[in-house]
Amino acid sequence: MSAAQELRTPTEGRFVQNIVHFTRALRKAGVQVGTAQLQTAISAVRATGFSNRFDYYFTLRATLITRPEHMDVFHQVFFMFWRDPEYLERMIHLLSPLLRREDQTEKKEKAANRRALDALTDNTAPSGELSSKDELQADAHLSWSQNEILRHMDFEQMSAAEATAAARAIQQLSLPIDPLLTRRLTPSIFGRRPDARATLARAIRRGGEIDRLLRKAPRKRPPNLVALCDISGSMSVYSRMMLHLLHGLHWSPNPTWGQVSAFTFGTRLTNISKSLRKKDVDDALASVGQLAPDWQGGTRIGDALFRFNRDWGRRVLGRSVTPFRCLQPKSPVCREAVAVLSGSTHCCAGRSSRPKPQESKRFYRMSMNSCRVTRSIVLVI
Amino acid sequence: MASFPQSIDNVLRIFAGQNYICGRDLGTVAFLALNLQKPLFLEGEAGVGKTEIAKALAAGLGRRLIRLQCYEGLDAAAAIYEWNFSAQMIAIRTAEASGNTDRGALQSELFSQDYLIRRPLLQAMEPHDAGPPVLLIDEVDRTDEPFEAFLLEALSEFQVTIPEIGTIKAQEPPIVILTSNRTREVHDALKRRCLYHWVDYPTFTREVEILQARVPGCTAALSNDIVAFVQELRGEDLFKNPGIAETIDWARCLIALDAVALSPEVISDTLGAVLKYQDDIAKIAGSEATRILNEARANLAKAS
Repeated sequence: MSAAQELRTPTEGRFVQNIVHFTRALRKAGVQVGTAQLQTAISAVRATGFSNRFDYYFTLRATLITRPEHMDVFHQVFFMFWRDPEYLERMIHLLSPLLRREDQTEKKEKAANRRALDALTDNTAPSGELSSKDELQADAHLSWSQNEILRHMDFEQMSAAEATAAARAIQQLSLPIDPLLTRRLTPSIFGRRPDARATLARAIRRGGEIDRLLRKAPRKRPPNLVALCDISGSMSVYSRMMLHLLHGLHWSPNPTWGQVSAFTFGTRLTNISKSLRKKDVDDALASVGQLAPDWQGGTRIGDALFRFNRDWGRRVLGRSVTPFRCLQPKSPVCREAVAVLSGSTHCCAGRSSRPKPQESKRFYRMSMNSCRVTRSIVLVI
Repeated sequence: MASFPQSIDNVLRIFAGQNYICGRDLGTVAFLALNLQKPLFLEGEAGVGKTEIAKALAAGLGRRLIRLQCYEGLDAAAAIYEWNFSAQMIAIRTAEASGNTDRGALQSELFSQDYLIRRPLLQAMEPHDAGPPVLLIDEVDRTDEPFEAFLLEALSEFQVTIPEIGTIKAQEPPIVILTSNRTREVHDALKRRCLYHWVDYPTFTREVEILQARVPGCTAALSNDIVAFVQELRGEDLFKNPGIAETIDWARCLIALDAVALSPEVISDTLGAVLKYQDDIAKIAGSEATRILNEARANLAKAS
């Protein structure tokens, strides 16, 4: 291919190789970068040229990064990779706790650094480019200021009996829900709207004779599920089984739910949706255990739920309404959750909400007025 | 072949000519979008000027702006093309009445360009006198996943497939700008086909520049006051931080009220122009506003 030949022209030095190495460093730092993006990056750098350092930075960022939360990681990896001497100095400065305590002016920047370093050190395989990994870990450790007990729970392999019990529980605990009507249409003999296109196609097949008006009806789809899972100390066994349930719901052969998003909350809020997408339940649970740092810690429910509202509510709940269902509605956790979340969805949906008793004893449901299009259900467990 | 600006500085000049003040990061991305002919995906909070970028680019390059506003349930019929069903029906009846029932002829007549209603995406693929148009696909996060799948073909190959006719390919690819408020994560497959840029809130000096470019009647002292207050407000824990659009609106409100400087009374009267949630207003109104104003003034004094 001509593009590949172009890449190998000797006049360009080793910049293609360097960008490839840089991309690999980014991948190791947890940013997913595709080969197509890499190719775009190379042609983009060729278009902008090397005249300006900032242009180079922005060019790579525009082509390799697709999420705002990766911007900080990109920034750190970029300066680490392209060997900014000032940056290395700052790193040394950061690593010395004494110096850092005296320095109060760079407070904001340090906060960003810590986040990025966390991202660099979390789940990162040792890499040639990031040779200062050990020091980075030390820094992340030293700068940890909260007094939380952050214990990573090490999920063991399930025993056979446990697995069957979980499977049975999941089979029995179906969460029945009515499908939602969407705004998209599908051919249907009972539909109320005419299907002009299909009618015309049929007429043409019959030489212009229109014998029957074909119809279509709104398509149905299952609502999305957003689960908030309490993983504080007292709930450990329970929440573990709940994760089995959520995994089962996600991988169910006949799904009654659309997208399943899950969050754990104890002292902090963690989005574990990606872990649940692993097919093997052991893998999924192990990954959750690594992700959520607050297994069996204390509870700071109000705080976690507030963060859910502010940071995730608008993104996972969609714009429309959200009834809540709580398992164990009488528990203080659920009461607080309902109180906090009803305030938020009020904001999210922009409509008023009023608690309403539900048909089943085990479920507590809050439904919104005039909720015809429900996007997702929040389940607090 | 239409001409594009040859350097990042030229792009920045085009934006400046349209009174759109932006940083070099945005200039770089826009330059790349024009030169590599890739769609530009802009994400950011509401009111940071994402849609304005498309308008400024279209006006600066002298191109037509084709806008596709996304909403839930948006489908191919509303976004790409639709067959003119009633005209087709009349044609089919006429053919039947005249006894002309040659199927092939009927089909090629009914599914010709005459019966095709062109929607924004298809319009953007067609040749234009002034050069390829700017296609603005606004608030992509408001649609659902199926529509993103429609967009994949249109944005990567700049072509649209109509089953009855075949594939229509743009001779010159349009300049595509997608915006998202991030009320939902847009699928990675779509993002990967685009150049990504996160539009952030501007710094103090840039916001003052923007304010003076957009609201020429605003005095330097008042715009400093306004921007310092709004910037301070963004540090508070609000449900919705005020964007640049709100800053500009507020400045216009204050000028309409003949205010020369901010005072706690003026702020509490006009807070609705900046904050759009009752919870936020209740939190900020009153003594909190006075405190923020004092802090903002202190920061201003420190900076100057």
